[in-house]
Amino acid sequence: MKKFIPVVILAILATFISINISAQCKGFAKKVGKIELFPYIHDGNFQAAILTEGEEAELYKTCYTGQQYRIAVCGSENLGNIEFKIVDANRTVLFDNTQHNMVKIWDFKLEASQQLKVIVKVPASQKKSEADVNSGCVSIMFGFKQ
Amino acid sequence: MLFKLRAHAALSVIVAIAFFNSGCTGGNKSGSNEVAVDTSGLEQNIFEDISHAKQIFYSLPSPLESALIIKTAGATYSEPLLNPLSNVSKYTTNKAMAINLGIYITDLSYASLFDQAQTTMKYMEVSKKMADGLGIIDAINKETMDRLEENINNRDVILDIISETFMSSTAFLAENDRQPLATISLIGGWVEGLYLATQLVGDKDIKNNKIVDRIVDQKLSLDMVVKLIANNKDNSDIKEITPQIEKLKGVYDKIKISTTKIEPVVDEKTNVTTLKSSSTSNISQPIFNELRESVKNIRTSFTL
Repeated sequence: MKKFIPVVILAILATFISINISAQCKGFAKKVGKIELFPYIHDGNFQAAILTEGEEAELYKTCYTGQQYRIAVCGSENLGNIEFKIVDANRTVLFDNTQHNMVKIWDFKLEASQQLKVIVKVPASQKKSEADVNSGCVSIMFGFKQ
Repeated sequence: MLFKLRAHAALSVIVAIAFFNSGCTGGNKSGSNEVAVDTSGLEQNIFEDISHAKQIFYSLPSPLESALIIKTAGATYSEPLLNPLSNVSKYTTNKAMAINLGIYITDLSYASLFDQAQTTMKYMEVSKKMADGLGIIDAINKETMDRLEENINNRDVILDIISETFMSSTAFLAENDRQPLATISLIGGWVEGLYLATQLVGDKDIKNNKIVDRIVDQKLSLDMVVKLIANNKDNSDIKEITPQIEKLKGVYDKIKISTTKIEPVVDEKTNVTTLKSSSTSNISQPIFNELRESVKNIRTSFTL
């Protein structure tokens, strides 16, 4: 029985750590990501992940005609500028923030509803050992105008 | 030395378990150019690239966005369409509470966009009951209710409260390893938006009807629903709703959408990009009627 006690403690500790990391990410999305959306109203969807330098995340979303959207892509300070691009169903790049001074937001509206894909990348930094690679929260949030 | 090895092994276990438990959203890896494009094939292409992404999100319209889409399309307000408040006592299982959390928040969003102050308050109260029943801590608390009451005539603040409430609820479920319930809540909200839209069209002519156009557009979001379900396919609650969604997909598959190539045009004054393109669909009255009936059946099964 005693043998299992450390395992149980470790499992509880690990769960606590993971919940804490997730909670930090939610806090980051609320405090940082949401502010970038202003004056647009956040749609209420929560999309954030812990990413490490060099990693990517993707988001698929249908955007509707008649709405004006703002997308805000934000990362923890230690990750530096986050790259993001928006592509359509034909894989045509509609926006790439690396061509626009690494801005965090993009405002757009549509004449016809479309499925869009957001590709987010944390740039890999050079000259770092594996131990020095940074991780942090990256949030992808959408807002709209009434 | 032995202690060091054990400590290292212990740390590895912590990191491994933490890694598998982590993920802010609970892990969903879980034109003017006259070339007509049939998106019935292309909408799949968007998913077909080989992905190197660590995390993949499939985003459905939130309750707030669903309500806004309906309103922008010219819908009117019809309170009898809302899920009755009296139904709240029927929802005792986690699945029913998660579905109806999404449904009630969509109703709440719809009411608030039409400045229905009292209804907004009442639907926030039943949403709170659903959230409390699911053990969602502090997504809707006394502070939320007080803030809503104090700002009941300030639509921007109300919309912010609704947005915050939904985000906190689904994030709480996701981060507590209850991703399937977060998904179910999203699907519940999406179905409610579709129900309101199809019922608001009623027997009106579907030609040149913007609400019908937005209903057709939901075919694109249905792809996201299918992906979300696939990511949670082993969950028993998800398994229960899967046949209904598949049936709905069967009806939507009869609708073909053609869209032209997108041309992004930037307004230099506002810095807003317009994605210029146009689309057409082959929806007919019989297909619309079938769709309306299918949505109604799903919504009835969700709310009874």
